Amino acid sequence: MKKTKRLVTLSVVVSLAMILSFIESRLPTFVPIPGIKVGLANIAVVFALYKLGKWDALVISIIRVILVSVLFGNTVSLWYSLAGAALSLLLMILLKQLTPLSPVTVSTVGGIAHNVAQIGVACILLETNIIGYYLPFLLISGTVAGIAVGTAGALLVKRVNIKW
Amino acid sequence: MTELIKKHKWDIIVISAILLVAVISLTLVLAFRREGSLVVVSVDGVTVGEYPLNVNATYELSGATATAENPVTNVLVIENGAAYLTEANCPDKTCVTRGKIKYVGQSRTCLPNKLTVQIVGKDDSGFELVS
Repeated sequence: MKKTKRLVTLSVVVSLAMILSFIESRLPTFVPIPGIKVGLANIAVVFALYKLGKWDALVISIIRVILVSVLFGNTVSLWYSLAGAALSLLLMILLKQLTPLSPVTVSTVGGIAHNVAQIGVACILLETNIIGYYLPFLLISGTVAGIAVGTAGALLVKRVNIKW
Repeated sequence: MTELIKKHKWDIIVISAILLVAVISLTLVLAFRREGSLVVVSVDGVTVGEYPLNVNATYELSGATATAENPVTNVLVIENGAAYLTEANCPDKTCVTRGKIKYVGQSRTCLPNKLTVQIVGKDDSGFELVS
């Protein structure tokens, strides 16, 4: 892929991820538990992972987290988000390459890993051990949200057929 | 249908495993929860106050963003064995909207103030893994 084309492609997917993050930040919180969220931005990351490759997905994921934290979050949330995004993407890359799992399941596991890692880092930084208490709720909500988001991502992977 | 199941065998196994872990951990959390006796308030990991849950009272807390002019960043209320935060100086008020806590291990966190309010039992140090 030509340099310019790659730059433009990555920019478009990053903006997609940012828009999804913004929409999500406007959604009301359904349940009073930290870490429970839909994870809409994972649609863009899954799309990048399957259509552009793991390195582009990594670049997109990191740039998205930094930009979103700067625009809608704060410096503290940046570290939680980076940890979540890194673990999530690492797991998704491994699952995609080593197992016959469908994109929907890969995305679901990635979404759950994102939330669990975020809460985990928060627990370490705040020196509390409350993650065990949140775990079941994170897993259940993560599965439901992950399947929905993963289905959307998989559809995008299937339907968008642009020659890069 | 059977072909679909065969094709997605591993997906079904993985999703079921996740839900199984969720159900097991939920059962453990519910089975081992008990009402706490103390509310431990900490800022940036350092305990700044311990308040009994059986005394109805209101406490003014100073988190990380406290200044000389505005020393109070969050307000903690203990009422009928349950604790909750009624005020926060940050715009999102996450800790306020999350409601009451009374069981050991439950907590409320105010990230901008690096403040956590956690329920502990009588003999707990406050930093043990519950559930």
